Order: sequence, then C-alpha cells, then structure tokens
Amino acid sequence: MNAVIEAKGLNLTFETNDGPVHALSNIDLTIDDGEFVSLIGPSGCGKTTLLRVIADLEQPTGGTILVNGVTPEEARLSRAYGYVFQAAALYPWRTISGNISLPLEVMGVARSERKARIERNLELVNLSGFEKKFPWQLSGGMQQRASIARALSFDPDMLLMDEPFGALDEIVRDHLNEQLLKLWAQTKKTVVFVTHSIPEAVFLSTKIVVMSPRPGRIHEIIDCDFGVDRPLEIRETPKFLEIAHRVREGLRLGHSYDDREPAES
Amino acid sequence: MNYSIIISVALFWMVAWFINTRLAELSPKNMIAARAINLLIPLLFGVTLIVIWEGLAKGFEIPGVLLPAPSVIWARITASIDILWADFYQTFLKAVLAGYVMGCGFGFATAIIVDKVPFLRKGLLPVGNLVAALPIVGIAPIMVMWFGFDWPSKAAVVVVMTFFPMLVNTVAGLEASNAMERDLMRTYAANYWQTLLKLRLPAAMPFIFNALKINSTLALIGAIVAEFFGTPIVGMGFRISTEVGRMNIDMVWAEIFVAALAGSLSYGLIALLERAVTFWHPSYRN
Amino acid sequence: MTERQGVSGFFLDRVLPIGVVVLVILMLWYGFAVLLNSKFELDQAARAGTEISTRDLVAKTMAQERPVLPAPHQVATELWDTTVNKKITSKRSLVYHGWVTLSSTLLGFLMGTLLGIGLAVAIVHSRVLDKSLMPWIITSQTVPILAIAPMIIVVLNAIGISGLLPKAMISTYLSFFPVAVGMVKGLRSPDTMHMDLMRTYNATQAQVFFKLRWPSAVPFLFTSMKIAVAISLVGAIVGELPTGAVAGLGARLLTGSYYGQTIQIWTALIGAAVLAAILVWAVDIVSRIVMRNMGMAR
Repeated sequence: MNAVIEAKGLNLTFETNDGPVHALSNIDLTIDDGEFVSLIGPSGCGKTTLLRVIADLEQPTGGTILVNGVTPEEARLSRAYGYVFQAAALYPWRTISGNISLPLEVMGVARSERKARIERNLELVNLSGFEKKFPWQLSGGMQQRASIARALSFDPDMLLMDEPFGALDEIVRDHLNEQLLKLWAQTKKTVVFVTHSIPEAVFLSTKIVVMSPRPGRIHEIIDCDFGVDRPLEIRETPKFLEIAHRVREGLRLGHSYDDREPAES
Repeated sequence: MNYSIIISVALFWMVAWFINTRLAELSPKNMIAARAINLLIPLLFGVTLIVIWEGLAKGFEIPGVLLPAPSVIWARITASIDILWADFYQTFLKAVLAGYVMGCGFGFATAIIVDKVPFLRKGLLPVGNLVAALPIVGIAPIMVMWFGFDWPSKAAVVVVMTFFPMLVNTVAGLEASNAMERDLMRTYAANYWQTLLKLRLPAAMPFIFNALKINSTLALIGAIVAEFFGTPIVGMGFRISTEVGRMNIDMVWAEIFVAALAGSLSYGLIALLERAVTFWHPSYRN
Repeated sequence: MTERQGVSGFFLDRVLPIGVVVLVILMLWYGFAVLLNSKFELDQAARAGTEISTRDLVAKTMAQERPVLPAPHQVATELWDTTVNKKITSKRSLVYHGWVTLSSTLLGFLMGTLLGIGLAVAIVHSRVLDKSLMPWIITSQTVPILAIAPMIIVVLNAIGISGLLPKAMISTYLSFFPVAVGMVKGLRSPDTMHMDLMRTYNATQAQVFFKLRWPSAVPFLFTSMKIAVAISLVGAIVGELPTGAVAGLGARLLTGSYYGQTIQIWTALIGAAVLAAILVWAVDIVSRIVMRNMGMAR
C-alpha cells in the first residue's frame, strides 16, 4: 500500500493577541491509499487544523507533509482532493445540478462531460431527480449529500471531510453514515474524516487517530477493521464497544482536564 | 365657503376610514385575497387624501396660487403634455440616465480595483464614506462652470452623487461571501477571476441592487436640484424654479407629478430586476 | 482580513493609507488647477502679444481671481479669511452664513425626528394606519422630494411665513421619512421569543413598548438620524436657492455662481461639507454614549 499522506514532525503555531497557540505539535501520521481515517478529539485538539494543512488551506510552521508525494499546494493545484465542510456551503443562486457543476466549470470540463458527471454523482448520493431544485428547498441532510456529490464530481483521489454531519440530527446522521460507507466501498477513495462523535468514528473508520489539545498532538492511533459490508447493528457488538471504550479512554487521558473529574458515560 | 363640499368630503373621509379599519382587521387565509386587501387599503387611503385635498381647496376656496385643487392640476397636466415631455426628456432621459449609468459604472469598477488592492481599500473607503455624507448637490455651480449650462453639467452632478453609494455597497457586497465559501474555491484551485465571477459577484448582488435603488432616487434629485442653479430653457428643475417665480403653482405641481411618477417607476423597475436576480436571498422566501 | 494590532497597526492600517490617498488627491488637485486655469493665462498672454514661461504660467494659474479650478491654498486662504478674520456678525463671514443654514437644519431635523418617531409608534400600534400609510411612506422615498422645496418656500412666503421656518419645514419633511421608516423597522425588530415572553407576563402594550420595543429601536433610530441630519442640511441649503436668499451657505453658492466667484463657491461648499461632517459626527458621538449607557455598546 502506498502512502498517500505523510506527515513528519508537523508543527503549526498561531500568533494571537493572547500569545502563541500551538495548534499542531509534532504530528507524525501516515495514511495509505484506500484507508478511511478518522481524526477525533475535543475542541482545540487540532483535528480541523490538520485537515486544513493537508488541504493547503493552512500553512505549517514546521515539519514536513507530503500529499500524493508532493507538497499540499501542488496537490491542491492538481485537484487531488474534494473538501466537504461542516455546512453544505451550496450557492443559493444555483440549482443543485448547477452546484455540482461548479468545480467542473472552474476546472474547465466540457459541457457534455459535466452533464454526465452530475447525473452520475447525484445517483451516487441518491439525489437523482433533484437537479432543478434550489438548496433551500432541500433538507439539511440532503444538502450535505449534494455537497458530497459536488466533492466527488471531479473524481479526486481523496475526500477530506470536516465534521460533515455535525449539524444533523442522529437519525439522519445514521442514514448518511451508511450511505457514506457504501460510497467509499464503491469508489475506493482515501477518506480523512474529522468528527467528535465516537460511535461515528468507530463505525466508519479503518483507522482512528485520537488527538488531544494544548498543544494539539496525536495521543493514540487505533486500528479498526470491521470489513467492508458493515451494517449499523455492529454498533452493539462487543468488539465495537471495546474499540469505542479504547477511544473514549484515550480522549479522557489526553484531555487537559483534571483526571479526577467523573467520566462521561 | 362652500359648505356642501366640505360636508360631503368629511362624510367621504369618515366612510373611507371606516371601510379601511374593517378591511385592516380581516386576515383572510387566501393569499390572493390578502394581497388584494393589502393593495386596496393604501389605494383607498390615497384616494381619500386626494378627495380631501380637492374638497379643502374648493370648499374653503383657497386661492390657486397657494394650493391648487387636484382637478386643476390635472387640467394643467393634460394641457401641457408637450412641455412636460420636453422637460422630462432633458432632465431624465439625458442628464439622469447618462449620469446614473456612468456613476454606477465608475463606482462598480472602482470597487473591483479597491478589492484587488487592499491598501487602496484602507485609504479610499474612509474618504469615500465621508464624501457620501456631504451635500453633493452643492457642486452643481462648479459643474456648470466646467461643463456648461446644458445637461452634461447636471449629468456630472449625478455621476458624483451615485458614485459613492455604489462604491461603498459593492465593496461591502464583495466581502459578503464567507470564509468557508472562499476556502471551497481555493480547494478547486480557482483563480481570482473565477472566484470573483462565480462566487463573490453573485453573492454581492443584494448589496449592489440596494445601491442601484438608492441611486435611482439620488440621480433624479441631483439632476433636478442641479437645474435650480441654472440651465437652458428646458428641464424639470428649470420649469419648477421659473414657474414658482411666476406663481403658476399648478404647473409646479404638474412637474412634481411627473417627477414622482418617474421616480417611483424607475425604482419599481429596478426592484423587479432585483427580484429576478436575487430570487435566492432569504428576504424573498417566507 | 487580518488587522494589525497596536500603535504600529493603527499607523499602518489607518493613518498611512488615508494619508497617502489625501496626499494624492491634493497633488491631483494642484495638477488639474494648473491644467484648467492655464487656458486663461495663455489667452491673456496671446492678447498682450507676449510669450509666457512655464514657471510664470504655473505661478499665475494658482493666483487667479476667478479661476476655473482654484488651487487648494487659494481656497484655504479664503476659508481662513472668511471665518477667522471676519466678525461673526459680518455679512461676509462664513461662520454667519453657516449658522443661518445650521439653525434651520437643526430646527427641521428636530421636528422631523420627533414627527417620525411619533408616526412610527402610531403605525406599529395601529393596524389600519400601518396598512394605509406605510406603503405611501415607502413609496415617497422614491420620489424626488427636494423638487418641492422652491414651492414650499414661495407658498409659505405668500401667506406670511418667511425666514427660518419655511426652510426648517423642508428639512422637517426630508428628515421625517428616514426616521419614520427606520423607527418602524426598529420597533418591530425584537425577537419573536422576546415578544412571546412578554405575553406570558401578560404585559400591557405600554409596558411592551417601554421595556422591549423602544430599547430595541434605539440603534435603528440613531442610524436613521445620521441619514436624516445629512439630508436636513441639504434641504436647508436647497431652500435658500429659490427666492434668492442673501444669507446662508446655499445663498453663497448661488451668488458665487451668478457672479463667477469660484473661490466663494468652493469655500461655501467646504463650509457645507464641514458642517455635514460635524453634524453626522455629533449624532454618532451621542449614539455611542447613549448605547453604552444602555449596555448596547457595539
């Protein structure tokens, strides 16, 4: 398996009014092709910052990072990844198909090819038939699915997702988790997924990176392999609960709070 | 004093007010009925005002040089269509339109330049905000000196008046797109112009139309008031100031009527265009 | 956009850019003055049959009596002359003229604001007023109301009201609309949640007004007052035009344009600009103090 993302000794320090903030401190992480890696941790642990560094939306202040064997900037310029934000960030003045077509227009894809890709990707996320609707006519969950379709439309090698389902209720979330898994199995892309939901991380990932704050660092990396066809029911199996427990313990230990605080259930 | 007129007008007023009060209390579920009522009430109110005006002018026999009755004004309008049209042509179709297009155009272009050069934004915007609050119509005599008595000097006043609201609003609009949307464009490796055309300009449209609406009123005011400072023998401002001097108040009201019509129609047109372009904005969806 | 911090930030982010822009404007002003005024000098020289050197040309263009574009220092000297060097009661003092315009502006602004607030309160509490009047108020904002100014002056003069009051009435009429529209928006701005809470307390309309609607409307009021005060000034100036008034900044503008006294026009204009800036700034200061005392400091 070839390494798609390689970070060595990565550092990012922000200068703020209240002094320097060590958002990322000595991060060593290798992600291989086809993996589904979750970054989990409390606020301030650097998980979103790490994702943004991979995406060349932030610049590290120390260490090295290679994406697809080149710098993050070169990877971005060669359109190596699709980014999904916490909010759908769809343009309200474009229809759903117009929104999916946006990156394709920017990248200069021909009109006929665009049409084919829009159709294909809307089908992938189960939104066929909604081409002419406007974003505000769709529910939150559907908007996020459209956002994922948009990220996949130009067929990048990687999907970078920043708490994409955080704003949705649990029932919709479960549904979307299943769909994302099916999508991943079908497209075999590398996914880096930021979340602060333990069940979500354990359910979706092949590898869970537990991070802790102040300074932002990796506390533990947990391997996790439930096989490609996993139904939601596995969340009640002992193996799942065991891994979830490990993640929870890791989060607690890595937390800066006093350890004598009562544990969350 | 014509008592019968006064009494009938008072009666009309009471009946109309009563009708309006009843109408205002209705809350029909039907959308079309609700819209119709919302149109009817102010219409009835407006008609009542005109009736009262007519009644007061005729009933109290107010001299025409002070307050002409609406019927008298209407007679004057129909009798002077050619003069009114010539004035409208000079002021609106020449000075206002030319000045509006140029002023808004320059304002927009400057905003794009200011957007690309942050140093200019920090220096020019505060100065622009200051100038926008100043009584710009005062530059009319200077414009007359530079561009002559005819419509170009009035258009120049309109250009200066419409430039700043357009600049300030466009700059504000260009900042309206949020960080997340701009990051998205970055992940597509989009260049400055792609981001401008596909994201920032559409997002700026509500602000730009706000300026276009404000400017339509400012342009008309600017052109008319500029003509108070001197103009050849035609134009709405010219007509108003000379007829005022001759105490032909009915003609003055006729010109004001034309100005009001022009102002509200052009505003309405821009508002319709705004609805078509910014249909997606939350303020249109209920 | 990142804002730099501290004193150096203030200098780099505010003083330097504004300073550079102002400097460039001054340089352009001087350049255009030479350019626009030179035709006159060249004509003069041709008439006298002499050649004029560039140095003399530049010097003369900046010292003309009736220049097409007065140089900045000419305007500055005249400003100084008519403000500091004249007695305030003199008919040639810019301060005197400024005061004439200012007094009708302030009177009109005050009356317009009070009327606007009063009408807004009435509209918010009466459905029939709201539905009959509000559409007309909004439409009236698209009408060039300033065009009525000459008529108001002349008609009021004819029935014996002259001087300060007619001009003030124009300013009242102009400032009343933005205040009314802004106040209606402000009085209706409280969150539905806050209004519902008042209902659970069984509060009377007056209580809801004084405890919730009025405080929420204050920021809107001050924003409209800034617009209203600027437009009152314009109204007062325009009100001085039709009857050939002899006092006030508008009158100075008019006489300057009739007699070709460009420097007089420019000084009157700058006087008006300074007045506008002071008025808006004053309203801004009052708004900051009031809002800080209400705990709503931005």
